[in-house]
Amino acid sequence: MKRAGFENIWLPVALLLPQLMIIAIFFYWPAGWALQSSFFLQDPFGFGSTFVGAENYTSLLGNDQYKRVAGFTIIYSVLVTFFSLAIALLLAVKADKVIRGAKTYRTLLMWVYAIAPPVAGFLGILFFDQSTGPMTKFFQMFGWDFKLGVDYNATATAMIIVAVWKQIPVNFIFFLSGLQSIPRSVREAAMIDNRSATGRFWEVTFPLLAPTAFFLLIINITYALFDTFGIIDALMKGEPGNNPMTLVYKVYLDGFRGNDLGGSSAQSVVLMVLVLILTVFQFRLVERRIHYT
Amino acid sequence: MAQVSLEGIRKVYPNGFQAVETTSFTIQDGEFVVLVGPSGCGKSTLLRMIAGLEDITEGTLKIGDRVVNDVDPADRDIAMVFQNYALYPHMTVRKNIGYGLKNRGTSTSEIDAKVQDAAKMLNLTEYLDRKPAQLSGGQRQRVAMGRAVVRDPSLFLFDEPLSNLDAKLRNQMRIEIKALQRRLGTTAVYVTHDQVEAMTMADRIIVLNAGRIEQIGTPSEIYHNPASTFVASFMGAPPMNLIDAQVEQGQVKINGYEGLMPASASNTGPVTLGIRPEDVVLDEQGAVPFRVDILEELGAHRLLHGDLGGQSFTVLIGKDHAAEIGETRVRLKPDALRLFDVESGKVL
Amino acid sequence: MADTTLETPVTVHRPRRIKWEAIGDHTILILGALLMMLPPLLALTTASHDAVTIHREGLQLTLGDDLGKNFNAAMFEKGGFTQTVDGTLMLMNSFILGIGFAVGKIVISMMAAYAIVYFRLRFATLAFWVIFTTLLLPLEVRILPSYEAIQKLGLTNTYTGLIVPLIASATGTFFFRQFFMSVPEELAEAARIDGAGPWKFFIDILVPLSRTMIAAIFIIMFVFGWNQYLWPTLITTDESFFTLVRGIKQIVLSYTDSQIPEHGQALALAIVAMIPPVAIVVFFQNWFVKGLTESDK
Repeated sequence: MKRAGFENIWLPVALLLPQLMIIAIFFYWPAGWALQSSFFLQDPFGFGSTFVGAENYTSLLGNDQYKRVAGFTIIYSVLVTFFSLAIALLLAVKADKVIRGAKTYRTLLMWVYAIAPPVAGFLGILFFDQSTGPMTKFFQMFGWDFKLGVDYNATATAMIIVAVWKQIPVNFIFFLSGLQSIPRSVREAAMIDNRSATGRFWEVTFPLLAPTAFFLLIINITYALFDTFGIIDALMKGEPGNNPMTLVYKVYLDGFRGNDLGGSSAQSVVLMVLVLILTVFQFRLVERRIHYT
Repeated sequence: MAQVSLEGIRKVYPNGFQAVETTSFTIQDGEFVVLVGPSGCGKSTLLRMIAGLEDITEGTLKIGDRVVNDVDPADRDIAMVFQNYALYPHMTVRKNIGYGLKNRGTSTSEIDAKVQDAAKMLNLTEYLDRKPAQLSGGQRQRVAMGRAVVRDPSLFLFDEPLSNLDAKLRNQMRIEIKALQRRLGTTAVYVTHDQVEAMTMADRIIVLNAGRIEQIGTPSEIYHNPASTFVASFMGAPPMNLIDAQVEQGQVKINGYEGLMPASASNTGPVTLGIRPEDVVLDEQGAVPFRVDILEELGAHRLLHGDLGGQSFTVLIGKDHAAEIGETRVRLKPDALRLFDVESGKVL
Repeated sequence: MADTTLETPVTVHRPRRIKWEAIGDHTILILGALLMMLPPLLALTTASHDAVTIHREGLQLTLGDDLGKNFNAAMFEKGGFTQTVDGTLMLMNSFILGIGFAVGKIVISMMAAYAIVYFRLRFATLAFWVIFTTLLLPLEVRILPSYEAIQKLGLTNTYTGLIVPLIASATGTFFFRQFFMSVPEELAEAARIDGAGPWKFFIDILVPLSRTMIAAIFIIMFVFGWNQYLWPTLITTDESFFTLVRGIKQIVLSYTDSQIPEHGQALALAIVAMIPPVAIVVFFQNWFVKGLTESDK
């Protein structure tokens, strides 16, 4: 709050009211409702519900399919995060270094940010098309009979590649702006101190980029967990079958297609806890983040 | 230690801007040379070319006997202190100072010893394990110095190292840097826009203007015998008085007042006359009338600003001299008068 | 000090090495740019071919003759399951969602941030936490209960139901709070001395001062709203409320289900879905980058 705060009472209340109301109706009420219904077993035909305690949770943990989805989610998040960060960092370092055409490169590398995930997924379908897709042909050169939507590993590979592709621009933008905020003189001092460009990158530039990288790590995990829904939905072409999926997709599938409200709510709560852990982790990092001046 | 020589050095940026015109000079072994000039005069570009941070468009740069035009900054055996210190924010003071040594394959024990020595010399011993963000401006400045000193380089480069400090600290560091350089005997090139720093620290000053060298000389030469009106007005505070005058019949005249000094007949015509404010004496018998408009009390001195023959003019007098606002007359010390060409501004 | 122990007799010729380095850098950047550019560009070239060609041969590198025809059909021929929607209607819905979401979010979060930062309120801290807890749980996590809530309120298949729940998160409020905190204290004090009340100060000084911030946030929020998929998929079952991105699902289904799929049209529609957000990001690049890098941190 500002030192010279206004003393008025009704104006701030009126200003806050719209936000608070929207949050109450569309955030707290549903979140509370999810928590509550995760302890009930909903009758599939809508005739009331029975309190079942933690049964929805325990049956979740005993469910092999759920475990498999959780396992895939972890692998998927790790790979998407790693590759999109690594590729973006490489491109950002180069874009920061070149003198000619830096702005053009920046534009060309970032505009994919604006493409919607399901549209990206749709492009993926064309590239990984079973008979005509260029990526399919590429994998066939290595003897992999790539069948999108049929073969589990093939679908998973396609999902990861599209998700990485879609996330490179965001990481690129953040890395580039991080690099550009490193004072020029610090890099010059490093040039005098260290003749090896690789050494300078890992010992000076990269540590100074660490806050950005930590921040992006969280952003990317969140992205892989939640924002890739459209990519996954498009690439499995609406037929879950034997296809890989993430936890969020399963919440959607069980809740909206399977009508298992209790189980789906329990899954929602598990996800909420997961996000909370991530957030706490993030805040801890931000707190510990070295404040360079 | 090393001598640095620039032979026909020139810098043109890719956009066509010529930052430094063809320039040659030699810096002697152990000499402290200050590059001074207004911002944009090319002094930093010159320094950065010596450091290897900027490509040299034309000419040859030698440090010692070695041509270093194409040598990496890290291999030029130099150390540089930057305006904003450019400390590595993620490293402790100890690591900051030792980083350059580490990269040259110096053994850990030797690094430790050298860092300790440098820290002791700069009163940094108790801060060795802190990060730069935990230090004051003056301490950061010392760390930057330590980083330069510890390398035992053959050449120190300073890029306006004191301009981020407050006035008091600046005076103190000025003396310390100069003393340190004397003690180590390392050749130093120091860039500043502050003429006081230039005057007090330099063995020799190079005054630059618009990418061109105006004058090279000792502080005393620069002060007393400026090569151009630019140097005359840039160096010294208050600056040298520069007024329009005429040379007629071997005599300098201001608005018809004569008896100032004899001048060579070859300069007959209009000239710019320069005289330092302290070389003007208030004298009722003086040759030229002077009207005092404003009296500035400086403690040890007084500055009288006013009008001499229709042009603004400043006189500096000691605190013991009486002065008051109004008409008086002044005498100009003849041997302190300097004449400059009206067109080129060069000394005659 | 006799430092003639020059570590290495250096014979590196710098200019030449820099040249090679630069070529390597540009090569990597060009490859990267191609990686990012090729998929959407191939979509465009492919969209210019007729359905049979695309079906048999897949992606096309060259421009065909059917670009106009495909776009025309995608935009103006009624399709979908109910045969009542065309591309133009979906485009309009996308704009309603994108602009409605961005404007709504900016207005509501600026007001809330102003109240939190500039007033001495006893419950300011409480309001702060109530609002910022929402940062913890993205809509995707609470998708099912949120859907239930909308259904109970009878807001399915309405623009309100489509837009408002998306606004129920504090990202914008958080951003404006950060920005207002960075505005010098003296500004409010000066305004008070000049006789401006809290409302006048907000409208006459703070809002104009936030112009670039508002523009930056608008771009990000517009793209975010335009690209929403999961929420519109759940909330709009009536095809007259479909956005382009929501309609992608239908495109994908048509791509697999129909016997002679209209690939060209589907691609044309996908391209229309890309153009507005891409254009706004490219044209207002500097604001966009500023908003992105400063808001999320």
